Amino acid sequence: MIGKIGRGFTRLRDGLRKTRNQLGDGVRSIVKGRSSFDEGMWEEIEELLLRSDTGAAVAEEIVDELRLASGRWGKPDAEQVFSQLRESIATRLGGEPVPLQLDGGEGPAVVLVIGVNGAGKTTSIGKLAARLSGEGKRVLVVAGDTYRMAAMEQLAVWADRADVPIVKGKEGADAAAVVWDGLEAGVRRGSDVILVDTAGRLHTKSGLMDELVKVRRVIEKRLPGAPHEVLLVLDGTTGQNAIQQARVFGESLGVTGLVLAKLDGTAKGGVVMAIRRELDVPVKLIGVGEKLEDLQDFDPAAFAEALAPSDATPSEAQE
Amino acid sequence: MFEDLSSRLEGVFKSLRGRGVLTEDNVREALREIRRALLEADVHYKVAKDFVKRVEERAVGQEVLKGIHPGQQVVKVVHDEMVQLLGGTVAEPNITGSPPVPVMVVGLQGSGKTTTCAKLANWLKKKGRRPYLVPADPYRPAARDQLIKLAQANGHAVYEGPEEDPVEICRRGMQEAVRAAADVVLLDTAGRLHVDDELMEELRQVRATVKPHEILLVVDGMIGQDSVNVAEQFREKLGFDGVVLTKMDGDARGGAALSIRHVTGVPIKFLGVGESADALEPFHPDRMASRILNMGDVLTLVERAQESVEEGEAEELQKKLRKNEFTLEDFRTQLRRLKKMGPLSQIMGMLPGVPKDALQEVEKDGGKSLTRVEAIISSMTPAERTKPSILDGSRRRRIARGSGTSVQEVNQLLKQFGDMRKMMKQMGRMKKGKGKGRGRFARFPGM
Ligand SMILES: Nc1nc2c(ncn2[C@@H]2O[C@H](COP(=O)(O)OP(=O)(O)OP(=O)(O)O)[C@@H](O)[C@H]2O)c(=O)[nH]1
Ligand SMILES: Nc1nc2c(ncn2[C@@H]2O[C@H](COP(=O)(O)OP(=O)(O)OP(=O)(O)O)[C@@H](O)[C@H]2O)c(=O)[nH]1
Ligand SMILES: [Mg+2]
Ligand SMILES: [Mg+2]
Repeated sequence: MIGKIGRGFTRLRDGLRKTRNQLGDGVRSIVKGRSSFDEGMWEEIEELLLRSDTGAAVAEEIVDELRLASGRWGKPDAEQVFSQLRESIATRLGGEPVPLQLDGGEGPAVVLVIGVNGAGKTTSIGKLAARLSGEGKRVLVVAGDTYRMAAMEQLAVWADRADVPIVKGKEGADAAAVVWDGLEAGVRRGSDVILVDTAGRLHTKSGLMDELVKVRRVIEKRLPGAPHEVLLVLDGTTGQNAIQQARVFGESLGVTGLVLAKLDGTAKGGVVMAIRRELDVPVKLIGVGEKLEDLQDFDPAAFAEALAPSDATPSEAQE
Repeated sequence: MFEDLSSRLEGVFKSLRGRGVLTEDNVREALREIRRALLEADVHYKVAKDFVKRVEERAVGQEVLKGIHPGQQVVKVVHDEMVQLLGGTVAEPNITGSPPVPVMVVGLQGSGKTTTCAKLANWLKKKGRRPYLVPADPYRPAARDQLIKLAQANGHAVYEGPEEDPVEICRRGMQEAVRAAADVVLLDTAGRLHVDDELMEELRQVRATVKPHEILLVVDGMIGQDSVNVAEQFREKLGFDGVVLTKMDGDARGGAALSIRHVTGVPIKFLGVGESADALEPFHPDRMASRILNMGDVLTLVERAQESVEEGEAEELQKKLRKNEFTLEDFRTQLRRLKKMGPLSQIMGMLPGVPKDALQEVEKDGGKSLTRVEAIISSMTPAERTKPSILDGSRRRRIARGSGTSVQEVNQLLKQFGDMRKMMKQMGRMKKGKGKGRGRFARFPGM
């Protein structure tokens, strides 16, 4: 158990190493050689935040918090700046990790996975299926994307990799009907968790959003209490538009958690701070690659630590 | 959520009215607003900084023009500067040369490469070319299936050889393209991170093997600050000749367009505006500038309107309107055009100042009422369409039955049509009196 957590944390750090080094080393070099807090320094720190996609408002707020705290510090000190930064970031991310709620009571727990086009929904479902199945749960995946070409085939490959069963409909079939069949199958088989994939859609298309609401209603109707999780998958490279995505998907579907995919690149996903500023929805999982095991629980403290470390070792700092 | 830049600047400049000259001081606050607007639009922070500096240089010292709000004047400077930075003119991909001309499509995971390949094929076909699609992504599950299905659905030739090493797929794909007598080959490569050295090397090998005339980088229009990293690394490690910015059918402001153009100098060539294989538009720097600045996209709207109405026809229509000879037949023609122009909400979304809830109303209706109206008119005889006054009760009942609507709906439509004609008559008079006032909508059909 401890080994597992340790490994997960290392991978999170690896996944975010780029981020941390940009921010961490940046702060160090900004603070180094300054004898007083001047405007130039605040501006540079603000820019460091901006480039992680926090957005102007969050960056300004965090810098204001730093300014306020700096009154107690005397002269600029990188470690103090780091620790304040970390606190400001972690607070914005909700402080505590929020685990997935997968207790279906009598029946299966249903996880509805939604998001804009290409965000990483199907891949995240594949990874989650593998993880849950590895934990001994009986998992079923439902190919609710009947629209995009080869979306079902794609999920079928993931189901195969994760070694879990899949329910598919016909291409072009009504998504809600396929999902209904999926829930029927899950109940029949005695599944513990049903993961429902859906077609990607932009939150601005209300016709498509209505279709998703219908899918949700079908789930509610077939299994009272479900869906237990409605996960909104965000592409980690997305900028300020993610705020609007979270808002609109949240309003229409009642999002219970965010999945931040594609954090293995150089994107930092700082926009989740802006999202949490407006909406009370926690990040629950992060995607750090295209392999089966590249999914991790989101831990605000670790995320903040990775964004603003106080103890970058020389070898890490060099990168 | 984002207040448009013009109204923000109007606020900033309230105190400046009638003062004469834009000075460093009074411009500073405006510049802060501009920077904020750019950051909200996901323009890279460094690019935003450079940009604001350029605007400052141009704006300070300018005289405030009479009759123009200083805010508007700064917006104009900002807009012009941005259009220039975005490239000024429309750029098309280089697909000339001896056939088959290879085009490589590359980018991050999920950015829209495969879909864009299908769109490019449709675009080429419309131009009379013979495209050939090659699925060179053996990694992502069912990526090959996806492209083959897209090709089949749109009637394009596609390489269906075995899933092997991408370099090999592309090499063979080129050979097959010759056999298929294709003249442009679209190579759909796998999504990859710009920092994945192994996969970037693979792209270089593909490039060395097929010697593409054009490499297109596909970028998600919703991308944030990372756009600059991505573009710089793809340029360094591979090089590219054009950018396709996808998923621009949503409400992303697309600041990446400015960032990428600014740091690489490579032109944006297309916008992806939907999931369908026809949802590809040429990139217009001036419209993009308006979008990034949140100034509405009146130009696109006007052009679309013009596209769907032949020039002569438009004049004919104007004449009819003036003489009040507009019939239900004309009305139906216009309805059909309106539907062709794209979803109503999208059209309205291009107009500055249209409130979000109004858009949602229209979206909800989803053009259904338009379809009903069209059905009602279609159930009329030609005589009835030209002379609605002959529509008595029994005729109305017949039309309602024929169109699957109710007599009330038929009555309602006729009343609305009557009101519309009255209004048009008045507008026609206004137009004669004073040519101005309707400005750029003068050529808009029915307006
Ligand atoms: N590097 C990286 N790539 C990812 C990650 N998650 C997903 N991807 C890739 O992103 C691309 C899109 O992922 P999908 O899972 O198909 O996305 P989706 O949201 O289901 O897409 P649609 O169904 O088309 O809307 C694929 O190439 C995935 O392999 C991640 O965490 N890291
Ligand atoms: N709304 C909208 N969706 C788009 C657009 N272009 C692509 N998509 C959607 O975005 C998702 C990803 O598109 P793909 O073409 O599969 O992306 P890709 O870059 O080939 O993905 P990988 O091969 O996994 O890297 C799909 O759901 C597409 O339908 C666009 O312009 N607008
Ligand atoms: Mg999918
Ligand atoms: Mg693809």
